[in-house]
Amino acid sequence: MTKRRKLLEFVIQGLIRLCGYSAIVFVALIFLFLLQEGLPALSEVPLSSLLGARWYPIQNLFGLLPLLLGSIVVTLGAAVIAIPFGVATAVFIAEVAPRWMREILKPFVEILAGLPSVVLGFLGILVLVPLIRTGFNLPTGLTALTGSILLAAMSLPTIVSVAEDSLDAVPKSYRDGALALGATKWQTIWRVTLPAAKSGVLTAIMLGLGRAIGETMAVMMVTGNAAQMRWDALFYPIRTMTATIAAEMGEVARGTTYYHVLFLIGMILFLISFLVNILASSMLFRAKKRAERMLS
Amino acid sequence: MVSAPPAPKFVVENLSVQYPDGTESLRNVSLQIPPNAVTVLFGPAGGGKSTLLRTFNRLNDLVEGTRYLGKVLLDGENILSPKVDLVALRRRVGMVFAQPVPLPMTVRENMTYGLELAGESRRSKLVRSMEEGLRAAALWDEVKDRLDEPAGALSGGQQQRLCLARVLAMQPEVILMDEPTSGLDPISTAKVEDSLQTIKKKYTVVIVPHSVQQAGRLADWAGFFLQGELVEWGEGKNLFIAPKVKRTEDYVTGRFG
Repeated sequence: MTKRRKLLEFVIQGLIRLCGYSAIVFVALIFLFLLQEGLPALSEVPLSSLLGARWYPIQNLFGLLPLLLGSIVVTLGAAVIAIPFGVATAVFIAEVAPRWMREILKPFVEILAGLPSVVLGFLGILVLVPLIRTGFNLPTGLTALTGSILLAAMSLPTIVSVAEDSLDAVPKSYRDGALALGATKWQTIWRVTLPAAKSGVLTAIMLGLGRAIGETMAVMMVTGNAAQMRWDALFYPIRTMTATIAAEMGEVARGTTYYHVLFLIGMILFLISFLVNILASSMLFRAKKRAERMLS
Repeated sequence: MVSAPPAPKFVVENLSVQYPDGTESLRNVSLQIPPNAVTVLFGPAGGGKSTLLRTFNRLNDLVEGTRYLGKVLLDGENILSPKVDLVALRRRVGMVFAQPVPLPMTVRENMTYGLELAGESRRSKLVRSMEEGLRAAALWDEVKDRLDEPAGALSGGQQQRLCLARVLAMQPEVILMDEPTSGLDPISTAKVEDSLQTIKKKYTVVIVPHSVQQAGRLADWAGFFLQGELVEWGEGKNLFIAPKVKRTEDYVTGRFG
């Protein structure tokens, strides 16, 4: 009996350990694969071409800058729209809205998070694109701005939901304390409730934008996918790195330079999200330490 | 109803408070709170004393659907009227809570925040009232070198005195205290109680003590609450030594509660 138990214990422990290690191994393998397929691009294509402004793979022009610019513009645009909007909505739901409204709004927002990105992209093409075209009087509505708005819409539910949770977790005594000092509701929210919930709100923003950075489908559908560099890129078609990989990987012959460059783009994406993650967790760590000092 | 000789600070007339779930926290309470004295509201849990305290600065309003019946007059003005400016009221009527509530800022910011909210921006004035407040709460010597540390880094007793100091810096007219020493050690408790003796010369103090002993030590005036009713009201020295009502006597002598 005890022998069987010991054996069982051993097997289960082994399985759990296997699962844990395999997660690490898989990530490492993916990374190695990326390196193996992407690095050759660096020797096959001169750096001057990679840093060029023109992306014409057929003519052996592999300028990555327009793609980088496209990704950055769309993501930053999304952040600028989604952060104030999301945090404000969270504050409204957590602090201002009456109870019954809150009980309707919260699940509603969370359902929005489950919307597949293709559906959002479809909505974007049908509704947003014509609106942008006529609204800004542009030749086409397929612009970086359209992609930003769509991405913002996509990250909003996460931001709102997570930020609301953390605002809700701020002890009632804080609000009492500030109000008893003669603070108005707004002053209480701005100086007491939000700072106390800071780390949670930051997590919310990171999670929400994390979704925006990696998003491919919706962006590909509404940004026009023209790799071009211009200072007013926000109002013109752009092409993101993710969309480039998704659109072109299917047509490229394996082992060619083109193929290697697409993997190089993948490596850059990997690097960017890796950096963002590190930044986010170090910021969260700092915020948490500060919050702990302030609150304990 | 017994009235105090000087014009009372608060006059409570037939006050009933109902919470949204239908429970009645106070039933038909009438009393007058004299100025420049410590008034003690005591009794077993659920007696309505905290509700009364939180009515004085309308903090009960935070519970949606709270209903008031009757009147509460502050210097003759009904503070239950919907026209009352709550922010102004809360500046006149400060409050110290059972749990110390240092706001998530430094000690200095905690002290000046209330005044800044009230529109005070002169640095000299802010610094002066900060020091006065901290001195009055017997905290100045302990924190004068730590003003820029987060308030959360102070000990529990210091935090509670900081909350008291913060209220004093606002120079309100009335200070409400809801079991202000329940989380403190005996030495800190003694410090807070001592500072009350100075504070009451300038302010009206209403306190819900955390024990009958404390009630007896502090009370100039006292009210005994039982299940939402004011059972007995009178001067502290009479009420604790020779209560008129049997139920008060039983509670004060420790026969129940």
